[in-house]
Amino acid sequence: MSEVKYSKEHEWIKLEGDVATIGITKHATEMLGDIVFTELPEKGSNVEKDGTAGVVESTKAASDVYTPVSGEVVDTNQEIVDDPSKINQDPENSAWFFKLKIKDKSEMDSLMNKDDYDKFAKENNT
Amino acid sequence: MGTKKTSLYQLHLDCNAKFVEFAGYHMPIQYSEGIVEEHKFTRNHSGIFDVSHMGQLFIYGGEELIKDLEKIFPLDLKNLKLNHSKYSFLMDKDAGIQDDLIITKIDEGFLIILNAACKDNDFKILKELLKKKYKMVLDGNRSLIAIQGPKSSQILNEVVDGVKDLNFMSGNWFLFDNQKVYITRSGYTGEDGFEISILNNYADKLTRELINKGSKLAGLGARDTLRLEAGLCLYGHDLDKDKTPVEANLKWAISKERISKGDFIGSDIIIKQLNDGVTKIRVGIKPEGRIIAREKTKIFNQSDVHIGEITSGTFGPSVNGPVAMGYVENEFSKKNTKVFLEVRGKKYAANICSLPFYKKSYVKGVNQ
Repeated sequence: MSEVKYSKEHEWIKLEGDVATIGITKHATEMLGDIVFTELPEKGSNVEKDGTAGVVESTKAASDVYTPVSGEVVDTNQEIVDDPSKINQDPENSAWFFKLKIKDKSEMDSLMNKDDYDKFAKENNT
Repeated sequence: MGTKKTSLYQLHLDCNAKFVEFAGYHMPIQYSEGIVEEHKFTRNHSGIFDVSHMGQLFIYGGEELIKDLEKIFPLDLKNLKLNHSKYSFLMDKDAGIQDDLIITKIDEGFLIILNAACKDNDFKILKELLKKKYKMVLDGNRSLIAIQGPKSSQILNEVVDGVKDLNFMSGNWFLFDNQKVYITRSGYTGEDGFEISILNNYADKLTRELINKGSKLAGLGARDTLRLEAGLCLYGHDLDKDKTPVEANLKWAISKERISKGDFIGSDIIIKQLNDGVTKIRVGIKPEGRIIAREKTKIFNQSDVHIGEITSGTFGPSVNGPVAMGYVENEFSKKNTKVFLEVRGKKYAANICSLPFYKKSYVKGVNQ
């Protein structure tokens, strides 16, 4: 079964086998406001845990998207590039950002579960 | 001194505003519906903006004041009719812009609307230039409420009878709740609209009535996307002391009659630039694709030579794409010139374009 975990940078990650789907949380979208631009990592590229792996921009500012685990980018979601407002509409489901073939499952261990993340998000509401 | 609040602060709270500190004020950047929705609602219906942080400077005087102000502003003030407004700027001797402003002729003198971040300094400069000869009041007892968008005339007229007959860039005194309010048909969104100068104690009541009639609050975020689509400058970004009105492509705001005499502050430089041309000039810039080029983004020509910088850039909700303006070397300022913008280390194609990005729908003269 797949479990969803969360990072302090407000990404969610869902692991199925050795492929992780990553996106940003609803809380993150509420802080950002209307998302109007998205940049995703290139398919086939390698990303490192806590490194930048994309950009989202609101009308106000640009923010980096980080990857909570390392791996090879095996798929990206073109739909959120073509229509970034989809991220505001369904951030933790259809508006995923990229899929990674992960190297080290133990990198998942330090991430938060839903309850811990909700608590974290509430305390870091900026 | 702490951060100041406007008289609409409680209303902003009631409407779930997100606040930012702007020029020493707690100002709403957006409300619960968000910038894009507030922007579109203003374009299609009517948005209300609290701009009470801006300076409302009253200068009282007659013929002599007009002469003295003409030494400062490049305007034909002696022919400015009662209750008519002009866009202008306060320049230094090198024609550098210290602020941009709207000046309106009122019965007892002039009302000048100044940018929040500049107003105290403007007041000092003007007091000095006018040699303390005139009564000047930077009025903290009045709020300034803008209502903008195609439905605004109808909505405001239901609350303040008669405003629908105002012409664009003119104003008058009206009554709201038996209080005198000064209303001009103006704004900074590219839409038809009004700015209402009203005593602080009545601002909340007026605004709530406008909301009841169908207008909605919009924050500084939407104000920024609206004005940028309309090709309008924001002081501190598109205009500053290192830029002249000619460089800022605002020469339309300088009176031709005054240029021929050239007896205002900065006139030597203005006349020289009008005759000889300028080395840099403000242009509209439309990135290809969706990439957003923000303030300070470097602009390159096709030979990869650095030719300028973006001064404002965002996503334009009505244009449904990125929009920007900035300064480029004069020879690259022609419409459709291809340029490149450096964003996060990569260069993206863009084109110089004419402003505005979004066509204005100002009401001209409904009485004419």
